Amino acid sequence: MPGRKKRGQQTVVFDNPPVLTAWAAVVGPKEGEGPWGQDFDYVLDDYLYGEQTWELAEYKMLRETVKMALNKRNLLPEDVDLLLAGDLLNQIVASNFAARDLEIPFMGLYGACSTMAESLSLGAMLLDGDYYERVVAAACSHHYTAERQYRFPTQQGVQKAPSAQWTATAAGAVLLEASGSGPGLKGVTVGKVIDMGQTDANDMGSAMAAAAVHTIKTHLDDLNLESDYYDLIVSGDLGQVGSSIARQLFVRYGIIDPNYKDCGVLLYDQSQAVGSGGSGCGCSACMLCGPLLKKMQKGEIKRLLLVATGALMSPVTSFQGQSIPCIAHAVAIEMD
Amino acid sequence: MVPLYMAFLVGGLLCVIGQIIMDATKPTITPGHILVGYITGGAILSGLGLYQPLVNLGGAGATVPLSGFGHLLVQGTLKAVEQKGLLGAFSGGVEAAAAGITAAIVFGYVVAVIFNPKG
Amino acid sequence: MHTPEQKIKEIEKQEYEDLINQAKPKPNLARNMVWAFVVGGLICMLGQWMINLMLSRGISLADASSATSCILIFLAALFTGLGYYNELGQRAGAGSIVPITGFANAIVASALEYKREGYIFGVGARIFSVAGPTLVFGFVIAVLVGLIRVFLS
Repeated sequence: MPGRKKRGQQTVVFDNPPVLTAWAAVVGPKEGEGPWGQDFDYVLDDYLYGEQTWELAEYKMLRETVKMALNKRNLLPEDVDLLLAGDLLNQIVASNFAARDLEIPFMGLYGACSTMAESLSLGAMLLDGDYYERVVAAACSHHYTAERQYRFPTQQGVQKAPSAQWTATAAGAVLLEASGSGPGLKGVTVGKVIDMGQTDANDMGSAMAAAAVHTIKTHLDDLNLESDYYDLIVSGDLGQVGSSIARQLFVRYGIIDPNYKDCGVLLYDQSQAVGSGGSGCGCSACMLCGPLLKKMQKGEIKRLLLVATGALMSPVTSFQGQSIPCIAHAVAIEMD
Repeated sequence: MVPLYMAFLVGGLLCVIGQIIMDATKPTITPGHILVGYITGGAILSGLGLYQPLVNLGGAGATVPLSGFGHLLVQGTLKAVEQKGLLGAFSGGVEAAAAGITAAIVFGYVVAVIFNPKG
Repeated sequence: MHTPEQKIKEIEKQEYEDLINQAKPKPNLARNMVWAFVVGGLICMLGQWMINLMLSRGISLADASSATSCILIFLAALFTGLGYYNELGQRAGAGSIVPITGFANAIVASALEYKREGYIFGVGARIFSVAGPTLVFGFVIAVLVGLIRVFLS
């Protein structure tokens, strides 16, 4: 029976919700100084992580994060059926290189900063489809590799726009298993690419807010849920500017008083000079795999909707004056 | 000799104009655009004979900003045209600006060899 | 020309644009202007001080200006390498971009950034990635002005 698990327009629910049995997060020094420093598994001393280049540091971060997550279940990479991972670098090299070292069958993903939700969604579908037993979903980003690829050379004296965001140096990995103990992944809403004609690469939160709210609205409608069903709806990296726009859009779309926060706002202290907040694949990945899942484990959050948001442009399309297409995927995680 | 305070005033004002342009047009105008805009603007004003009075007034306040670099290129070209004609149009600018350009390339290279980017 | 759907989409985009313009924080123009004025002014004043010093030692104005440019470029290169120029630029904005030191900073920052891709195709090839366009436009205008002068005389 085709589409038996599909609900409404864009949502699927699982017969046997896959379980998040273990997770790990590794973050950079700046993220470690933020309000959640204690909740991450490892905080880097510097941005090179003992490597020659930032790119190598990024891939090492991803590799080590996956290993840490597996360690918590006393598993080795060969016990895992599939690795789903992505990052922001051209040709997603950080993930490719990490997969080379881990020797886990690998599918690389690109969803810009929405990658953590994308990898979780796909992993959960593959598990509920009975294809695999154990899948690792992961994502990472590195401030300096992203900065040099998308913006200016790092040592050029450039004033940041107040709406600009700070790409997080962070990696997160989740071990999804067909059965086990831990929070369950109940359903996902795969987002549409939404483009509201925004071109400001220094204000991606504003461009992405529309996609985030569209996905949240669709998710709630598809499953006939009230807007306060979730204890926390958390967007990936809208930052302060983007999340204030999202709040206005909630009103416009009749999503009444959701328990809404944004990972980009949560990740740093106000005093850390990060502009509008954090961004990057690692931003939602480390918040999920650090503080948020910990809170779920303690029972402080029972129902979480992670809505990771991604801006799908490249420096080339920006130079050519094209607007920023955006996407958001929602992942519903619930503690039974 | 141009007094120091005049250099401060003229140089400061030229920078403020750049700041207003950047802040008013964010994010369209980047520092790269400012660099190009100043050198082009300085060169055009210089060709029209309008930049020299600013240099007389502000000294380094007008020559240190990149518009002064454009002025230097154009004045070098014009001088060479007087001496050599058509060939001067092609040789004069770079000759006048040779020291600055070479210094930037060489110091840039040396710094890149010695230092590593922070972070 | 437009279908109704396209028109609705345009209106939606415009509404969204208005929403963003209300929410987006504006740069603090007054503070930025003061920083740009003071830092840019001080850099130029430092240049004037060097020029005046050289003039008083009997060096010609043209040579004094060139030498001053070289010294300022050297200082900017050094402070970029040490990681200070970038921090100054966060505050000073145009005050540290417009002076020739900003040109030097753009060159050195590009060179440093690509060091890890090697000295030829990294540093050598990328050194002008930001500052190159300024030379292109500077040269083109200068030659144009020269040509106009040739044909007018």
